[in-house]
Amino acid sequence: MSDTLLKTIFGRLTLDSFPIHEPIVLATFVVVALLGGALVAALTYYRVWTYLWHEWFTSVDHKRIGIMYMVLGLVMFLRGFADAIMMRGQQAMAFGQNEGYLNAHHYDQVFTAHGVIMIFFVAMPLVTGLMNYVVPLQIGARDVSFPFLNNFSFWMTASGAVITMASLFVGEFARTGWLAMAPLSGLDYSPDVGVDYYIWALQIAGVGTLLSGVNLIATIVKMRAPGMTMFKIPIFTWSALVTNVLIVAAFPVLTAVLAMLSLDRYVGTNFFTNTGGGNPMMYVNMIWIWGHPEVYILILPAFGVFSEVVSTFSGKRLFGYTSMVYALIVICILAYLVWLHHFFTMGSGATVNSFFGITTMIISIPTGAKIFNWLFTMYRGRIRFELPMMWAVAFMVTFTIGGMTGVLLAVPPADFQLHNSLFLVAHFHNVIIGGVLFGMFAGLNYWFPKAFGFKLDHKWGARSFWLWVVGFYVAFMPLYVLGLMGVTRRLRHFDDTTLQPWFIVAGVGALLIAGGIACMMMQFFVSWRNREVLRDHTGDPWDGRTLEWATSSPPPAYNFAFTPVIRDLDAWYDMKSQKVEQPTEGYYAIHMPCNTWAGIVLAGIATVFGLAMIWYIWWLAALSLVALIATAIVHTFNYDRDFHIPVEDIRRGEDARTESLARAGV
Amino acid sequence: MLRTPIRAPLKVVAAVLPLLMGACSTVVMDPAGDVARQQARLIWWSTGLMLLIIVPVIILTLLFAWKYRAGNKDAAYEPDWDHSTGLELVIWAAPLMIIIALGALTWVSTHLLDPYRPLSRVALGKPVEPATRALEVQVVSLDWKWLFIYPEQGIATVNELVVPVDRPVKFRMTSSSVMNTLWIPSMAGMIYTMPGMETALHGVLNKAGKFEGRSGNYSGAGFSGMTFWTYAVPDARFEQWVAGVRRRPGTLDIATYNRIAAPSENVKPYGFGRVDPRLFARIVAMCTRPGTQCGEHGMGQSHGVRAPANDRPQRPDEAKGALTRDPSELGTSPHLNAPRGKAPGANDPGTDANRNMTMLVPPAPFAAAAAQG
Repeated sequence: MSDTLLKTIFGRLTLDSFPIHEPIVLATFVVVALLGGALVAALTYYRVWTYLWHEWFTSVDHKRIGIMYMVLGLVMFLRGFADAIMMRGQQAMAFGQNEGYLNAHHYDQVFTAHGVIMIFFVAMPLVTGLMNYVVPLQIGARDVSFPFLNNFSFWMTASGAVITMASLFVGEFARTGWLAMAPLSGLDYSPDVGVDYYIWALQIAGVGTLLSGVNLIATIVKMRAPGMTMFKIPIFTWSALVTNVLIVAAFPVLTAVLAMLSLDRYVGTNFFTNTGGGNPMMYVNMIWIWGHPEVYILILPAFGVFSEVVSTFSGKRLFGYTSMVYALIVICILAYLVWLHHFFTMGSGATVNSFFGITTMIISIPTGAKIFNWLFTMYRGRIRFELPMMWAVAFMVTFTIGGMTGVLLAVPPADFQLHNSLFLVAHFHNVIIGGVLFGMFAGLNYWFPKAFGFKLDHKWGARSFWLWVVGFYVAFMPLYVLGLMGVTRRLRHFDDTTLQPWFIVAGVGALLIAGGIACMMMQFFVSWRNREVLRDHTGDPWDGRTLEWATSSPPPAYNFAFTPVIRDLDAWYDMKSQKVEQPTEGYYAIHMPCNTWAGIVLAGIATVFGLAMIWYIWWLAALSLVALIATAIVHTFNYDRDFHIPVEDIRRGEDARTESLARAGV
Repeated sequence: MLRTPIRAPLKVVAAVLPLLMGACSTVVMDPAGDVARQQARLIWWSTGLMLLIIVPVIILTLLFAWKYRAGNKDAAYEPDWDHSTGLELVIWAAPLMIIIALGALTWVSTHLLDPYRPLSRVALGKPVEPATRALEVQVVSLDWKWLFIYPEQGIATVNELVVPVDRPVKFRMTSSSVMNTLWIPSMAGMIYTMPGMETALHGVLNKAGKFEGRSGNYSGAGFSGMTFWTYAVPDARFEQWVAGVRRRPGTLDIATYNRIAAPSENVKPYGFGRVDPRLFARIVAMCTRPGTQCGEHGMGQSHGVRAPANDRPQRPDEAKGALTRDPSELGTSPHLNAPRGKAPGANDPGTDANRNMTMLVPPAPFAAAAAQG
């Protein structure tokens, strides 16, 4: 066949695009293929596919979708962590004559993929998953406002993750750093598929994130149980509301920036090139207008988790609820007024730099107030050191240090020395691991019994906790020092061998964290094995305070047989102290949304569209785009969208719960 | 009984102390130049101010966690205590006070240490004499090395910067392709170099010696090797060095510039005895490539304002959008974690340093198919 015909059919996909000549990638591929094949075979053998399809993939139940988000986040976490270990290994050995084991072409993809995966496909799914699971339960709702949209959002996020993973085996990922700064990400300097993988993975996942933001805002604003006024919303749901407002306001900016970058790359416009009136600085400016709110999108839900956890395990009302809420709102607004601190070093005037430096510092005031509020929630409490509370205390110490180095970076003349150095890398890992990740682990341990009906094992959880916390300090404190020694980020090789001990220590820290991850997996396994011992019969294993603990563990599909009426901020604590009785009759049929195939199918077609665009297979791109629109239209003609859960089913479920409660002696 | 709680903090101190001591003697915290030294002092002051609140918070966290543990039945328990106006005022006011102090420090220091501001002193108590002119160095970040042009001396070097001790240096900076930052941590903080744009940085070195310099912004495959040594030397030695470079053959004109601007990695220092005086302006205006003219767009010049370099039509050699290309121009995107052959512009392909540990020769049938495809 002629070259032109081949290229018309396959775009720039050739046999060379597959890693047939690279042992590391090939071995990875073989392992992944074997494991994946084994998994598929096992699922087929046990005939789980039908179950998965009907109960999970097509489910519009916010609880199922929340769990799927968490699974996606944890699976992608393993990939992101594998990248981290590779970087630590490379940097621990590549000194002087030793070039390490990764060449620049590979290493540069690894650090880019690490950042992209950890932010977009680990932190975001974990945060969204927790919000999806917990918010409707906390506000006494049966589901989110737009259940189909929720399913679609999840699959679009998963589609982005699939595209990112595909780049490991077909072609390559971007070699630009996690924000793909122009002009390096332009066609002149990155002609290969890497940046296109980056663009389409984020664009498709971004659709999911944005729609899920809209969905959760509508849910929180419109679907609260009667009596739950704005200032009776549980603090986690408040943080979810503020987070989703940030998402809805910030993510369109990312979409626009990436759309302009793709226009530059596909149509030949000049937004971020150095010609035709374009300016690469505009990319830096605009991506940080999204990028800075993004860090608050990640941390605010974690703040919400800690507020719930500290209050519950101190056995006390949350101290300063109102000021906590105002602090959230202030952070939400200030989050949009600080983005320039990411590029003090681009030559802005002193007045502009000071303005953005000072607005950045001002954010530390509401954040500091929140830390104090947690502190005074613990004050005169009865603190039970269950796993979530252990994570919370570790967070308060660790995050305070990270916050301090963050304010230091906000002082422009100090930033001139610390910008892009390993000090910065240590800072953001300090707040993202010590804040977001610890928060997600606290939330995971806290709400796991609600989702699955049994607690997580304490012994393995504690081992994981200590390895993680110690590992974090061992891995990242040396990076602070290295930053002060003048070492910048993203370096693959060093001439100065005196730096090596610090990198080896950091590598040991990463190994400790690996141990923490292994213990966490062991924790899941051991807990599942001992699930009967760890079973939660009451639905309220921690003596909780908010509504999600008022229903069974796991909750029925409809969450609550009767919509609760709220009289107090700590609604469930209030009900318990008033000795509210569980009604045992008067059930009615409950109106619920039907499962739908449309979400997974649309996202599947979007994946094909993304891959076709990445590889310049224009016919396939056009075809899948048409198919995407057609499928969406076909779906609008599906009128079979809701059903009623019959009264008998509800009675059966509620009777079982009454019995279970009686057995537990409540 | 009493010894354990005392010992544990001691252990922490013993572990943290080398870390702190390591941090104090680093290049950023103990630099050789006045600007960097002021920046280091600012880091100390800011950290100190924040520790006023950070240390109590950490101590209180650990204290409360210990004191109010469920096992300690002696501690007070007030499950419904959730508000105290006085305490809330303190909670908001304490960080506010610190931030007011830090904000004032930030405002003043950001203006005093503005990288664009010519230095007013070379060290504490040593103001710049009115007669002293700053040494101008024009900096161009190339893929992946640094070009330093000394316009007054009429010389240029690659990957070697020499400056006189105690003489203020003014860097005028730009880039040939992508963004980098010029970072000489002993001298002053970093500022970006950007194509088609000019940035500035002022600094001084107060001690004779050899100091590290590098790029602080990832710029592609050869980024790790984008390092250079900065030598601070006495005035007389500087003149000697200039005379030495002047004797070197070769002129850095447009053609030579285009040749050295091509990507190369881990470049050893070299110099040019003569430099085209208009070169830096042309690099900033992005009109060094053959067939390009400066100010080709023509706008702005007539008003006495230089037209922005990027405000010009696209050139034939710049990449076209993928959709507008003929299928035969689509290119391929091989999976190249191990680029076969030598790295782009590797200046010494034979050395161990370039060996490629992930490289594997593809099996014959695949290689043949790949060659055909």
